[in-house]
Amino acid sequence: MSKARSSVARTGLVHLALGAYTLLALFPIFLVLVNSFKTRAGIFSTPLQLPSAKTFSLIGYETVLKQGDFLVYFQNSLIVTVASIFFVLLFGAMAAFALSEYRFRGNTMMALYLALGIMIPIRLGTVAILQGMVATGLVNTLMALILVYTAQGLPLAVFILSEFMRQVSDDLKNAGRVDGLSEYTIFFRLVLPLVRPAMATVAVFTMIPIWNDLWFPLILAPGEATKTVTLGAQMFIGQYVTNWNAVLSTLSLAIMPVLVLYLIFSRQLIRGITAGAVK
Amino acid sequence: MSALTLQNITKRFGSTDVIRGVDLDVAEGEFVVFVGPSGCGKSTLLRIIAGLEDQTSGHVTIAGRNVDVTPPAKRGIAMVFQSYALYPHLTVKGNMGLALKQEGVDKGEIERRIAAAAKMLHLEALLERRPSELSGGQRQRVAIGRAIVRQPKLFLFDEPLSNLDAALRVNTRIEIANLHRVLGATMIYVTHDQVEAMTLADKIVVLSAGKIEQVGRPIDLYNKPANLFVAGFIGSPKMNFLKGASAEKLGATTIGIRPEHIRVVPAVGEWQGKISHLEQLGSDTFVYVAMEGAEPITVRIVGQADFEVGSTVGLEADVQHIHRFDADGRAI
Repeated sequence: MSKARSSVARTGLVHLALGAYTLLALFPIFLVLVNSFKTRAGIFSTPLQLPSAKTFSLIGYETVLKQGDFLVYFQNSLIVTVASIFFVLLFGAMAAFALSEYRFRGNTMMALYLALGIMIPIRLGTVAILQGMVATGLVNTLMALILVYTAQGLPLAVFILSEFMRQVSDDLKNAGRVDGLSEYTIFFRLVLPLVRPAMATVAVFTMIPIWNDLWFPLILAPGEATKTVTLGAQMFIGQYVTNWNAVLSTLSLAIMPVLVLYLIFSRQLIRGITAGAVK
Repeated sequence: MSALTLQNITKRFGSTDVIRGVDLDVAEGEFVVFVGPSGCGKSTLLRIIAGLEDQTSGHVTIAGRNVDVTPPAKRGIAMVFQSYALYPHLTVKGNMGLALKQEGVDKGEIERRIAAAAKMLHLEALLERRPSELSGGQRQRVAIGRAIVRQPKLFLFDEPLSNLDAALRVNTRIEIANLHRVLGATMIYVTHDQVEAMTLADKIVVLSAGKIEQVGRPIDLYNKPANLFVAGFIGSPKMNFLKGASAEKLGATTIGIRPEHIRVVPAVGEWQGKISHLEQLGSDTFVYVAMEGAEPITVRIVGQADFEVGSTVGLEADVQHIHRFDADGRAI
């Protein structure tokens, strides 16, 4: 490495900037976590302090766990998120493969059409979606959410994955064809493993908005049996009184599953983001 | 019976004609090399033969069977790719056996064929490794092995040596030539390197802009190029071309003289010029002479010779070795 790039002042400044940004990004999460372990009075009198012997309390967690349904809410959130990621990756990768691999009339138009969803927010179609769900009897089912989120995630997935699929060597796919592999085998056995970092990237970008979404659960599946965590947490927020202990505890708990999913994908993700940038 | 017949093959991508009417007949056991500059359509032609690309019109016949609509795996071919294209998730053995497994060949037979191919290519010690643990030369040998085990009617090679370094390229070239001798199989080989073409081929097909310029034995193409393109493409260093008065005197628009058929002589007579550059290779010496109103002339002197750069010298050609071309570039 050149001397200029390894100079202490320079790396120091870089780390300072990165550190500052990390603090900024983590501060709200820190605040939520810390205050979730305090009494109600503690939250309001010393919101920025760590819990002391006087303010420490697990009342928030107790409320949430006693409420009983939260396990179901977590389960609903996980089912919806994991199933949506699965379908987004599966159909997104298939569409991307078709767009990048096969020459057919309307290929470019199809790619543009599929990319349109990146620019137009799916919420604009909420009324129509709700009408459709009512007509098909899917209101208050997890399937309704899975379908909507799959549709919401597909445009970006197709866009990113088709770019990566184009980089997979043509020779490799052709070798498979000469050896008698079916197009499905070529796709699942040869191409997918090679675009795994891109898949992880797409998975993370898909997962977070789904996990955090309040809009569609509220509209399409507000029933007790189909509530997601984000929606469930809202019941502690009242018009006049808000149970902050319970809200903060719920949010703290809600971070955990998504953190686990993120860790699963993150090793691949780092490779995905830097792919092409560094060799 | 011919191993491969191409009848009036054309291929267009959108509005560009990539292949413009190619007819070719390849006899059984022949080693045919497609050679031409990049973009001449030679790889596309190979992919049409393999069935990886559909021709726009024309017919492909392999071993007497029309294969116009047959998928690649059923054409009785095997292909070796420039980038090796080994399956990253399989071992060397798995790579070699995959096609046979797809065909439903029984296990014992697969083992036997892999063992035989591995022995031929010195891959026995590597059978359990994955492609990422192999060097470039080893990967290319595995790719060749993968082709051999299928016992195809037709071997297709798509610039198999381009990714190898110079020394390895010469070795692998000899290995491929030996392989052809041992197997006696029909091979089609695509390259842009005319040295590979000259050394390997029974028959060279020179392509340019999607058309066949000339087909023939390497030495025939060298001695009797049919036109300016072939004359300039085959042979290294390139043939020297002269236009104008010296050409008209011989009744041609352009004359061509190979570097080894020109001698450097004292500066008297018709052709004189200044030495602009000198390359001494030990076994040969190349002298570049700049002549007025003409491209620099390359002279090849066998053995070692010393000239001063910038000195004026005369040139003399062997008259019986001068190639003459008419206004359309065809040999007279």
